[in-house]
Amino acid sequence: MSQGFTEPPIGYTNEAADRAAADHARKGSESMPAQVITVTSGKGGVGKTTATANLGVALAARGRNVVVVDADIGLRNLDVVMGLENRVVYNLIHVIRGVTQAEKALIRDKRVPGLMLLAADQHADKDDVSPDEMDALCASLRPFADYIIVDSPAGIEQGFRNALAPADQVVLVTTPEVSAVRDADRVIGLVEATGKPSPRLILNRIKPELVAQGDMMTTDDVVDVLRIELLGIVPEDGAIVAATNRGEPVALQAGSRAGQAFHNIAARIEGERVPFMTLDASQQSFLDRLSSLFRSGHGPAGGAR
Amino acid sequence: MSRWLGRLRGRSADHERSGAVARERLKLVLEYDRAQITSAQLDEIRAEIIDSISRHVSVNRADVRVTLERDGRLVAEIPLDSARPAPGGGR
Ligand SMILES: Nc1ncnc2c1ncn2[C@@H]1O[C@H](COP(=O)(O)OP(=O)(O)O)[C@@H](O)[C@H]1O
Ligand SMILES: [Mg+2]
Repeated sequence: MSQGFTEPPIGYTNEAADRAAADHARKGSESMPAQVITVTSGKGGVGKTTATANLGVALAARGRNVVVVDADIGLRNLDVVMGLENRVVYNLIHVIRGVTQAEKALIRDKRVPGLMLLAADQHADKDDVSPDEMDALCASLRPFADYIIVDSPAGIEQGFRNALAPADQVVLVTTPEVSAVRDADRVIGLVEATGKPSPRLILNRIKPELVAQGDMMTTDDVVDVLRIELLGIVPEDGAIVAATNRGEPVALQAGSRAGQAFHNIAARIEGERVPFMTLDASQQSFLDRLSSLFRSGHGPAGGAR
Repeated sequence: MSRWLGRLRGRSADHERSGAVARERLKLVLEYDRAQITSAQLDEIRAEIIDSISRHVSVNRADVRVTLERDGRLVAEIPLDSARPAPGGGR
């Protein structure tokens, strides 16, 4: 349900972007209720925040209104990955405590109409928030969004339970390593125990060369043991490091493999059948050469899709 | 030459590739995590299931899978060997 804003959020003055946002709000679907998607993992550092930022970008690029919520309270970093850290005034705790209203705490991303961030509180503690409060928070965000994507902290403690509480869908991120997949398995059990639908899997940081030479578990290996639906595979991509340095999620750029992967995942979230990326090593090097050709200005500057 | 290169990259025949090693290690830890039954016990269960079923119908030993699911269910997949007639006696 896209109702737009009753007043412009803080620091939002650009007229063109304003118009785009208004157009965009009209475009959002009217009948579909907002979906809360919690992005989680067992092990830390596997790519939850990266996935949250890029899925936010990719879904908004499809014309959706998206609120990304940093629920990693005390270790806020979604704002930094998205390059919005300088615009944070209010955070999630302020909204939960009633210090401000949700629409005032949301930061609109000027690069992608429809994309909004609710930042975490750097100084609060995970235990300062309860699952019920997270539920209520997301309920208050639903009128603004088609999708609310919640970036959860690592582990299976309070922060995880908070992030899980409002979820309509759960996306589980793992890398193809024994320890990460083992922890992912634990999380699947915990999610299923709440009666929520089984998580869908994003397998991140696949290195095609290593898979080809037999030194990394394959997608099939991981899916076979976890036995959940595969939502997408994301290759290891140096562009993510550069993107994170700049605060520009890869899904904003044309020609990156990881960015493409996130656009594919966004399409699948919306129910499209998109074939999984083939990640064989020879093809990757070919595509890498191709995309560097594009970057040097010899090719079309198309979107990453 | 390519053998030499392969060995250089650790691809000698007597060394299982690390991806396969990871997969096997993962299966073992998950079996343990899921219901704390050891893989040795699982193998034993599997053998006993095969023995008992093959008294009645012919099964393809190699294809029988016994796995522990996350929800604590023990699941046996026993494809019947329909090509061969049942042995008709115990073993
Ligand atoms: N596909 C990828 N290719 C390269 N680097 C990645 C990829 N995914 C994540 N990273 C890097 O891994 C690190 C951890 O990612 P992050 O999203 O912060 O994980 P989490 O939120 O699960 O702790 C970051 O430095 C990020 O840039
Ligand atoms: Mg994170």
